[in-house]
Amino acid sequence: MNAVLALSAVLFVIGTLGVLVRRNAIIIFLCIELQLNAVNLALVAFSRAHGIEGQIFVFFSMTVAAAEAAVGLAIIISIFRHYETVDVSSFNLLKW
Amino acid sequence: MLKSTVAAVTGSMLAPAMLVAQGGQDVVEAGAEHAAFEPFLPGLIVLLPLIGFLLNGALALSHARKSADAVRAGGEYDPFHSGDGPTTGTRDATHTLPSWIGPGVMLAAFVLVLVNFARMFAVELHDPVVIEYWTWMASGTLEVSAALQLDQLSIIMMTVITGVGFLIHVFSVGYMKDDVGYPRYFAYLNLFVFFMLVLVMGASLPLLFVGWEGVGLCSYLLIGFWFSDREKSDAGKKAFIVNRIGDFGLLVAMFLLFTVFGTLDFAAINVGAESALVYGGGMVTAITLFMLLGAAGKSAQIPLYVWLPDAMAGPTPVSALIHAATMVTAGIYLVARTSVLFALSPVGSVTVAGIGAATALFAATIALVQTDIKKVLAYSTVSQLGYMFLGVGVGAYAAGVFHLMTHAFFKALLFLGAGAVIHSMHHALHHTHKDWDAQDMRNMGGLRKYMPWTAAFMWIATLAIAGIWPFAGFFSKDEIIWYTGAAAVGPFAPLYTVFWVLALAAAMLTAFYMTRMMVMTFHGASRTGDEEAKHLHEAPLTMTVPLSILAFLSIFGGWINVPEKIRTSFLGGGGALPMSEWLHDWLDPVVHAAVVVREEALVAAGALAGQEHHYGFLEQAPVGGGELTWALISTVLAALVVAGTFIIGAKWLVKPAAESEPITGFRKVLYDKWYVDELYDRLIVQPILVTSRFLWRWIDRGIDLVVGGVGGVTKGVGWVGSLVQTGSVNTYAFVLTAGVLVILWFTRF
Repeated sequence: MNAVLALSAVLFVIGTLGVLVRRNAIIIFLCIELQLNAVNLALVAFSRAHGIEGQIFVFFSMTVAAAEAAVGLAIIISIFRHYETVDVSSFNLLKW
Repeated sequence: MLKSTVAAVTGSMLAPAMLVAQGGQDVVEAGAEHAAFEPFLPGLIVLLPLIGFLLNGALALSHARKSADAVRAGGEYDPFHSGDGPTTGTRDATHTLPSWIGPGVMLAAFVLVLVNFARMFAVELHDPVVIEYWTWMASGTLEVSAALQLDQLSIIMMTVITGVGFLIHVFSVGYMKDDVGYPRYFAYLNLFVFFMLVLVMGASLPLLFVGWEGVGLCSYLLIGFWFSDREKSDAGKKAFIVNRIGDFGLLVAMFLLFTVFGTLDFAAINVGAESALVYGGGMVTAITLFMLLGAAGKSAQIPLYVWLPDAMAGPTPVSALIHAATMVTAGIYLVARTSVLFALSPVGSVTVAGIGAATALFAATIALVQTDIKKVLAYSTVSQLGYMFLGVGVGAYAAGVFHLMTHAFFKALLFLGAGAVIHSMHHALHHTHKDWDAQDMRNMGGLRKYMPWTAAFMWIATLAIAGIWPFAGFFSKDEIIWYTGAAAVGPFAPLYTVFWVLALAAAMLTAFYMTRMMVMTFHGASRTGDEEAKHLHEAPLTMTVPLSILAFLSIFGGWINVPEKIRTSFLGGGGALPMSEWLHDWLDPVVHAAVVVREEALVAAGALAGQEHHYGFLEQAPVGGGELTWALISTVLAALVVAGTFIIGAKWLVKPAAESEPITGFRKVLYDKWYVDELYDRLIVQPILVTSRFLWRWIDRGIDLVVGGVGGVTKGVGWVGSLVQTGSVNTYAFVLTAGVLVILWFTRF
C-alpha cells in the first residue's frame, strides 16, 4: 500500500509542477486531470484498509471530472477563438 | 341718524351682557345648575381658513404656471388683461376668485365663532371644553392629542382674529387688487389665520407651538411678500431669525414643564400647578423666564423687538393683521393662558411687568421723531404691546387681554387708514412719475381735504390710543395703569411704583406722537405737489367700509369692561354705560386661580395688613388717590397733550423729505432708534460673523486636512495592494500552491 501511495504522491507533484510551469492551457488542463487521478488512486488505496466508501467516492470524482473536463475544454476553446492562442501568460483578465 | 343706529346696536348688545354680568356672580358661589356648553363645529372654524389657503394656493400656482409658460414662449403674462377675444380687458380668474374665497372663508369662520360665543354666553362655563380628535404623538410618558380647547379666553381671541381678520381681508381686496401676486397674497393670509386659530385653540403647549411657528412662517412670507426687493426679503429673514431666539426659550420652558407635570395640556398644568410647584421656587421662576423669552420674541418686547419695525416692509394690511392685531399678541395670550405659573413666580411676574413698562416708554420715545407713517405706527404697536405685558405682569390678566382687544380695533384701524393714505399717495406719485416716498409724512400734509372719511376714522383711532374718554383705549389703557399702581405692594412695591410712573409717561408720549402723525399727514398745507394733488383721492368702498366698522369698535369697544367705580361716576354717565367689568367676570374662570394665588401669597407675607384691597390690589395709587381720580388725571393730561400738539403743530414748518435738512442732535439719536440695531450688530452679529469666518478658514480647513488625509492614505495602501494582482493565472496558481504548502508546513504535527 505504501508503494501505491507513493506513486499517487509522485503523480500529484508532477501534476502540480505541470500546472505551475507550463504555459499551454491544454497541458495545464491535462495536469489538473493528472492531479485528480492521483487523488483517485490514493482513495482506492485507502479503501483497501478502511472499507468500500473510498471506491464509491472515486466514481463520484470521475463523474465530476468528466463534467469539469467538458466545461474546461469549452472555456479553452472560447479563449482560443478570442485570442487565437492558448498561452496562459498572455491572459491578464483576472484583475479589476 | 348716526346716533340712532349706534343706540340700536349697543341696545342689542346690552341685554345679554347684563345677564352674564350678573350670572358671573353666581359662578363664584358654585353649585348653581347650568346647562353644558355644546361647541358648534369647532373643527370647521380652524379648517375654513385652511380650505381658503388650499384654494387660493391652487390659484396662485395656476397663475405661476401661466406666467412661466408665457415667459418661456418669449412673452409676458398679464393677469389683468387676459381673455381670448379682441376685447381683452377681463381679469384672469386667478385674480378675481381670491376676492371671494379669501374674505368668504373668514366670514364663515367668524359666523361660526359668533355661534359658539352665543352658546357659551347662554351657559355658565367653569372648565374649558376640550375636543379631542386623535393622538398626535405618543412617546414614553409623553402623549399629545390633537385637541382643540374652547373657553372664555380662546373665544375672545377667536372673535378678534376672525372678526378683525375678516375686515382686513375685505380691505385687502381693495388694497391689493392690482398686485400681480394677488392669489398668493390671499393664500398666505388665509394660512396665517389658520395657524393663528391653532395657536389660540390648541389645548396643549405643543399644539400652541405649531400655531406659534406657523404664524411665524406666514409672517416671514408676508413681510417678504415683495421678495424681489432685497431690503424687504431681508426684513422677513430678520423677523424669522429674531423670533427663533424667542422660540428657543419657549421650547426650554416646555421641556421644564414636562419634567414637572409629565404632560403639556393647559388644563392639567392649570389644575396641578399649585401642588406641583413651590411658590417663588427656582423651577417655576425658570419656567416663567424662559416662557417670557418666547413671548418677548413673538410680541416684540425688549430685547427682541427689533424685528417688528422692519416688518413694515410687508403690505400694509399685513401689518394691520399680523403685526398689530393678532400675531404679536400671542405672547400676551401665552402669559394669560399660563397665568397660574406667573402668579406662582413673583420674580417672573415682575420681570414681565418691567420689560413691558420699559418697552412701552422706550418705543414711544422712538416713535416721537419717525417720519415714515408706518414706522410711527410700528413703534406705537411695540409700545402698546408693552402696556399689555405690563398688565399681565402685574397680575391684571383680564386688563391685559382687554387692551389686547381694544388695541386690535384701533391699531388695525390706524394701519388700514395709513394703508389707504399710502395707496392714495402712491397713485398720485405714480401718475406724475415723481420719485418720492409714498410713506414719508413729510411728503403728505393737508390730506383731509382729499380723503375726509379716512381722516375722520383715523382721528377716532388716535383719540382711542391716546386714552381720551370715552374712546375704547381710555378704559383699557387706564385699567392697566391703574392696576400697575395698585400692585405696588409686597416685596417689589418700589419697582411697581416705578413702572406706574413709566406707564403714565409713555401715555403722554403716545398722545403726542399720534397727534403729530395726524397733523403731519392730514393737516396743514399739502406738500405733495400741485400736479400730484389732483390725483389724490378717497379710498374705495372696500377699504372705507372696514374702516368705518373698526372706527365704531374703537369708540364703543371699551364699554364692555368699564370699572364699576368709573361706571357709577360722572365719567360713566352716572351708571349710564351699560356693562360693569364684563370682561373681568367673563375671563374670571380662566385666570381666577392665578389671581387667588397672588392674593394669598401677599396675605401670607403680611403685605396687605391694614390696607384696603380687592383681590390683592390696593384701592389707591402709590401717591394716593383712587381709581376715578387717576383716570380723570390721565385722560385730562392726554387731552391737553393732544390739543397742545394740535395747536403747536399748525405752526410747524415741515418740508418735503427731499428738501429737509438732515436731522441732528438728540432727535437724530431717537430717529436712529437709539442705535440699538447698530449695537446688536456690533455685539452679536459681527462677532458671530468673525467667529464663523475663523472657523471656516482655519478650523474647517484643519478638519478637511485630517479627513482628506485618512482617505488619501487608504487609497495609497489600496494602490500598493493592487500591484499584487497581475491578472496572470500562473501567478495565482503559484501563490495558491505556495499558500497550501505553508499551511501544510505549519500543520505538519
